[in-house]
Amino acid sequence: MQKYSAISLAYHAFRGHRHWQRAWRSPEPRQHYDVIVVGAGGHGLGTAYYLAKHHGLRKIAVLERGWLGGGNTGRNTTIIRSNYLQDESGGLYELARSLWETLSQEVNYNVMFSPRGVLNLCHDEHDLKGVQRRVLANQASGIEGEFLTPAQIKKEVPEMHVACPRLPVLGASLQRTAGTARHDAVAWGYARAADALGVDIIEQCTVNGFRIEGGKVRGVETTRGAIEADKVALVPAGHASVLANLAGFRLPIESRPLQALVSEPLKPCLNTVIMSGAIHGYVSQSDKGELVIGGGADAYNGYAQRGSPHVLAGSIGAVCHLFPQFRRLRMLRSWGGVVDIAPDASAILSPTPVENLFINCGWGTGGFKATPGSALAFAHLVANGSPHPKAEGFTLNRFASGLIIDEHSAAAVAH
Amino acid sequence: MKAVAKYRLPSGGHIDRSQLLQFSWGGRTLHGFHGDTLASALLAHGIHFVGRSFKYHRPRGIYTAGVEEPNALVTVGRNGRMTPNLRATEVLLTEGLNAVPQNAWPSLDFDLLSVNNFLSPFLPAGFYYKTFMSPAAWWHKRYEPMIRRSAGLGCASGQADPDSYERRYAYAEVLVVGGGAAGLAAAHAAGQSGKRVVLVEQDWLLGGSLLARTGETIDGEPARAWLAKMQRELAAMDNVQVLPNTTCFAAYEHGMWGLLERLRHHGTEQDKPNAPRQRMWWLRAPRSVIATGAIERPMVFANNDLPGVTLASSAATYANRFAVKPGDRTIVFTNNNSGYVSALSLIEAGVEVKAIVDTRPAPSGAMAQRLLECGVTIFPGHGISRARGWHDLHHLRIAPIDEEGVAQRGGVLMSCDSLAVSGGWSPVIHLPSHQGAKVQWNEEQACFIVAEAPAGMAIVGGAAASFALAQAVQEGATAGASAVGATAPAYGAIHGAEGALDCDSIAWIKGKRGKAFVDLQNDSTAKDLALAIREGYESIEHVKRYTTTGMATDQGKLANVNAIRIVSKIRGLPMNEVGVTTFRAPYTPTTLAAFAGRELDDFLQPERITPLHDWSVTLGAAFEPVGQWMRAWYYPKAGEDMHRAVQRESAAVRESVGFMDASTLGKIEVRGKDAAEFLNRVYTNGMLKMPAGACRYGLMLNEEGTLFDDGVISRLADDRFFISTTTGGAPRVLAWLELWLQTEWTDLEVWLTSITEQWAALALNGPKARKVLQPLTDIDLGHEAFPYMRFREGQVCGAKARILRVSFTGELGYEIHMAPEAAVSVAEDLMETGAEYKITPYGTESMHLLRAEKGFIIAGQDNEGTTTPDDLGLSGLCSTKKDYVGRRGAERAGMRREDRKQLVGLLPENETLVLPEGVPLGAGELTPPFPILGHVTSSYMSPTLKRGFAMGLLRRGHKRHGETISALVKGAAVPCKIVPPMFLDPDGERLRGEDA
Repeated sequence: MQKYSAISLAYHAFRGHRHWQRAWRSPEPRQHYDVIVVGAGGHGLGTAYYLAKHHGLRKIAVLERGWLGGGNTGRNTTIIRSNYLQDESGGLYELARSLWETLSQEVNYNVMFSPRGVLNLCHDEHDLKGVQRRVLANQASGIEGEFLTPAQIKKEVPEMHVACPRLPVLGASLQRTAGTARHDAVAWGYARAADALGVDIIEQCTVNGFRIEGGKVRGVETTRGAIEADKVALVPAGHASVLANLAGFRLPIESRPLQALVSEPLKPCLNTVIMSGAIHGYVSQSDKGELVIGGGADAYNGYAQRGSPHVLAGSIGAVCHLFPQFRRLRMLRSWGGVVDIAPDASAILSPTPVENLFINCGWGTGGFKATPGSALAFAHLVANGSPHPKAEGFTLNRFASGLIIDEHSAAAVAH
Repeated sequence: MKAVAKYRLPSGGHIDRSQLLQFSWGGRTLHGFHGDTLASALLAHGIHFVGRSFKYHRPRGIYTAGVEEPNALVTVGRNGRMTPNLRATEVLLTEGLNAVPQNAWPSLDFDLLSVNNFLSPFLPAGFYYKTFMSPAAWWHKRYEPMIRRSAGLGCASGQADPDSYERRYAYAEVLVVGGGAAGLAAAHAAGQSGKRVVLVEQDWLLGGSLLARTGETIDGEPARAWLAKMQRELAAMDNVQVLPNTTCFAAYEHGMWGLLERLRHHGTEQDKPNAPRQRMWWLRAPRSVIATGAIERPMVFANNDLPGVTLASSAATYANRFAVKPGDRTIVFTNNNSGYVSALSLIEAGVEVKAIVDTRPAPSGAMAQRLLECGVTIFPGHGISRARGWHDLHHLRIAPIDEEGVAQRGGVLMSCDSLAVSGGWSPVIHLPSHQGAKVQWNEEQACFIVAEAPAGMAIVGGAAASFALAQAVQEGATAGASAVGATAPAYGAIHGAEGALDCDSIAWIKGKRGKAFVDLQNDSTAKDLALAIREGYESIEHVKRYTTTGMATDQGKLANVNAIRIVSKIRGLPMNEVGVTTFRAPYTPTTLAAFAGRELDDFLQPERITPLHDWSVTLGAAFEPVGQWMRAWYYPKAGEDMHRAVQRESAAVRESVGFMDASTLGKIEVRGKDAAEFLNRVYTNGMLKMPAGACRYGLMLNEEGTLFDDGVISRLADDRFFISTTTGGAPRVLAWLELWLQTEWTDLEVWLTSITEQWAALALNGPKARKVLQPLTDIDLGHEAFPYMRFREGQVCGAKARILRVSFTGELGYEIHMAPEAAVSVAEDLMETGAEYKITPYGTESMHLLRAEKGFIIAGQDNEGTTTPDDLGLSGLCSTKKDYVGRRGAERAGMRREDRKQLVGLLPENETLVLPEGVPLGAGELTPPFPILGHVTSSYMSPTLKRGFAMGLLRRGHKRHGETISALVKGAAVPCKIVPPMFLDPDGERLRGEDA
């Protein structure tokens, strides 16, 4: 793999940039792989990368029905934080957050992790108690975070209208080590690093069936022919239930549209990430200068990457309420993704009823931030057949056993 | 009268020369006419250079005459009305308009960041992914702030927007988008049916391309006269609403459209400060005619971005609509016939056209002949290999090209000050594409068109690549008529633009030097596209994202098709295989506040107050927001703080009597022959055998088996119940019940009605409650006559009332429900008859304290998402005989494990201490990190127990009564005794009250 650096950039500048290698190859699928990962988003590509890097597997393929990074990896609002309420979630998201810190160096691709701080606002007493509780719980488990009073918030985010007439901001949690990253770069960085370790990334290859013999998965049927595999790892986000159905089992997953939007680009005017669960909106500013705005998921299930306008209007209203100076700005583009939501709003990293077939889904509205942790833990599960210590509670059997990990409070606003 | 600006033509144009307007551009005072855009007024003064590009900060001019403008972005207005990133081409000139350039520092003429242009070899597409990685911490601290400062375009005002916005919902049978010839014909044809028709046009003038051309006739009369006639006739139709200044920015599912109507032009908002600035329409229209026209494409060649380069049709628009010359010496560069149309149009308007450069080897036809007759030189088979200039254009290198568009040796250098380019036309197919319409490449007209229009939509005119005027009008009329089930009117002779473009596949002149821009605003070049593909970013979506092509504020209106052509050429793939990127709403940038409308500030989730609100205010109550409600929190007397007020109020209830405003309780009437059966399914306890006149406390679970809400169910009659919910849960519960009724149990005959606001409620509690209330009511309140958990209907203070004998304090209690109008007089009468018992109004805080002493939970506070009734010690309320929502979930093994978090009482060893709510519980010293075993859910100082007490959820809590656990308070471990969550009167003696 060519090393990316300022020096290599200068070197290639003098050669007219004609000699850059491909970031990843475009190979024909082989007949057989040790592991096939289905879904070339950040989680899937990361899984392949860690399988190769940590578990010594060499014959790995990632199959993608469209273009890599084109699902929720490329359509989220890039927020990264780990201040979840429950211990199990906190552990997994904190693993992910700590990996973010050095991900650019790990994959030699600038994913632009920007720990600019994330504020979760509260607007009433009930909210306030919940946030205070979460901060204390985080501190008890060693996750960085603090509680801010309205005066402290004003100092931290002078642009925000803290004492707004309705639903004034009464307090907030602030995780300074949380922030944002460049979403496409995560997929591309993992793709390039995985490719360099010999992983075959095969785009435009839809899985439309599984070869299952004696309860064991033997491979997949695809639009580019049958491919054999010892193990198959599904990382299909919004289409998890579709693939599970093809493999003959059902998932407790609802797929719903989640929308987001950006404004036209502006000179820097907001330096942190602001989230409000009570009024369903959040906002940050991208490095390009666009305000990135989102809110809650649509109420109705669907696989279309489009949502209802009133839901989006609600998110915009929340941001306009908190930032009167943003009201005159304009929406440039809105879009939707399909999020996979489990009954307890927590992820699923699990074996399945089919032997050697594993699934990673259920990240709902908050999957982007988990990318490196999810990939690392899932690679561990796929390689060893047993869950990663930080992801033990996230298997499918929790829905049968009732040992659910409730994160609805964290998911009230798309996170 | 000021002298006419230098480039203003002496006559013509759709401008009003009698209205001279003064405006300011970057501090310079200039003049224009009513009907000008900011762009046309600037061009009239010969000002082309108005902006800087995003990445290289290159000088940029006015490239177009419409919403597709990528370059001429300006900031307009002052203070809170300052609006960045507006296209000078869509800003109507108004008196006193203040516009300034943006994205340039220290000035437009001398911009330090234009050094980026010379550093460009080091800044190819995606350079930032390859560097700024070392040392790791520097990205956020050093590199990112630098990049952020140089990126962005205009600045947010930094001040609150003083204007207001409104929203309107409407319905029309037919929506016509686009007020050009095709759209007018469609609206006219549809309107004659008498059905409701809405016609929207983003411009302030109707007419579309008719405004930019001359010499056209429709129905035998000059196009301008036809246009006036159509406007007159449409205005006369009551059923037709014509909305100029309105953009249809999005098409949503089920015939829903987003329209943004601009009611005030920039710079005129302060004239009527209370009138809304913009109005957002959510329009339902099952049928639509998409007459959105087409947008001309640029040509890609070196330095194609210099100020002075414009689209050919835009140059013609400036000449014909605004009577402005694009320059003194214009050259036209085209690869299709429309360049000739524009050239002729310019000549007719009095503009000198020196030459036409045409990529096609053998242009022919009448137009070429006419141009030759006008003395225009035609360069067939040539391209512009490079433009020269910096702040303005001064020369063009015109070179012969080969079949691949590669510039050959030879050619000429020609001077000019304006270049008009045409690289073909792109139909505006955004709206059908929002609805997922498949698009395909049309080789004949060299553009993407919609392969199959979504149901209910007809695409006509330029939007359907029908570029001939006659065809556009006829298609519009036909679509408009068929949308209302009529037959199309026949039009007389139409003479105008011809349809066939004969567009060459060459739109990219490959030269050796200079930057050939594809996306003008984001500065992505043909070279960048090639680099992306070389590096493996091959999918058009990857090319877009890696090079940022099509991601600028024009969203690729100019760039995308050229980018796809170049990708198609480099990869050797047909256009359809390269494909397009997704079209997303909005069509053009749309004001954020317009989405919010009035639901901001005081009107965001508007405050709800109870009928007793003002009464509480007069008593000096402090209020707390609960959901949207404002609830009386406590009633401090002079000198009292919250703590002392709550202690007094709570003690009064325990010792004598008090009452609170319970009007915010969610209330739902459940009616129908299956009402009992329905409630029996959604509550954990049995409802079937409950007699009329009885009340029951019930729990609702979700499918997981965890607590969803709680409340009291009262049976009014066999087929009629009245249920209460938590204050915050009322909307959620109603929606949940409707969900079950409407999607799962459609066979049940049950109707739900929210009656929260129809019934005010007072909760009267305390041992003297009966004594206070009995004189005010005709209902016998005797313990035997009116036992606990019953309800009665009768009169209270002469008003019709329902009284529930329930208690949330552990004391004798009556919940009095009455008409909202009666609430204040009942409260006043209670105060009067209760005076001898020192009756005390109490607020929500005392209510919380009193119920906690008794161990009653508050749903939403003492539980979390995984808490079951069993965890709360409420398994007695869960029937084992019937099925109900959540039963299966709650019966899973994990839901019954001993080590679950269960509700316990907590008594801090330090009796004066009140544990903060939310603090974690654990074993021992609690030095982080430590395993969290639970948390404190409710905590108060009890005036009765004379000590602090709390409830909490604790792992294995039910089995730990008597043990000690630590709570983390301000970093220290505070020991607490674990006790059953019931601190007072476990046998319920007090519920009888005195004089039973």
